[in-house]
Amino acid sequence: MPKILNIIETAYRATLEEQDDTVLWLTHMLKNAGADTSILLRANAVNYAVKGQDASGLSFGDAKLMHPPEIDKDVEKIIEKAVPVYLVEEDAKERGLSDGDMVSGIKKVMRRQLPELLDQHDQIWHW
Amino acid sequence: MSSGKTLTIAIMDAPYESANSTTALRIINAALEKGHSVNVFAYEGAVSLTMRAQQPHPNPVKGTSVEQEQHPTTKDWVASLFKVANKQAANLDWVNCGLCVDERGAAEWIEGPRRGGPKDFLDASLASDATLVIPTK
Repeated sequence: MPKILNIIETAYRATLEEQDDTVLWLTHMLKNAGADTSILLRANAVNYAVKGQDASGLSFGDAKLMHPPEIDKDVEKIIEKAVPVYLVEEDAKERGLSDGDMVSGIKKVMRRQLPELLDQHDQIWHW
Repeated sequence: MSSGKTLTIAIMDAPYESANSTTALRIINAALEKGHSVNVFAYEGAVSLTMRAQQPHPNPVKGTSVEQEQHPTTKDWVASLFKVANKQAANLDWVNCGLCVDERGAAEWIEGPRRGGPKDFLDASLASDATLVIPTK
């Protein structure tokens, strides 16, 4: 089974319409299907690791979003499924995010460590 | 007839792929709620926002059924915007770019939108107090 690294670079793409993140969701499905997959959060997607996110309250007239996305909880669940979730440390620092802001279980990597991380995987899927 | 101002918005993103769509719908909703009229020019992938055949789906990751998931659809959100416009006596003129519709085979819409083209966008813009373009990035 090849090792696949899913790199998520853009955050909150239609997460309100989908009630989740499409790539996190896909990774979860692939893991359930037996894939050996990891996730790397970079650029603004590092915010997916921030705990306490609240996207509730969206409505258009009578149409209300009943189940808003809970991205931080989705990240926690995918970690519980034994999917390693990496995060680019500099990208988090640039956004003022510290360890205390993050859900537990995130693996921080420095930018200079990325070649080594990529080399540990057989396929790189950059979303 | 609304006594408010008129806003024209061009949107370009397909549904379920970008936060731009939701942001545009929120702006449209806010304007309509204040009694302003809104012209929408749905360009390229945005013509699919109003496709009638959209259906909610279950979520196998969460283990939820269709009923439990209550997955929203953009066509229902747009339909609700037309209701808001009606309630506020504001006008919502939603134009789907006809050529964009044809190349996608996306001609089956909910009630409300109409077929048009770039000339409609230009005319709407010229007659509006402001024009906002929200392009695909």
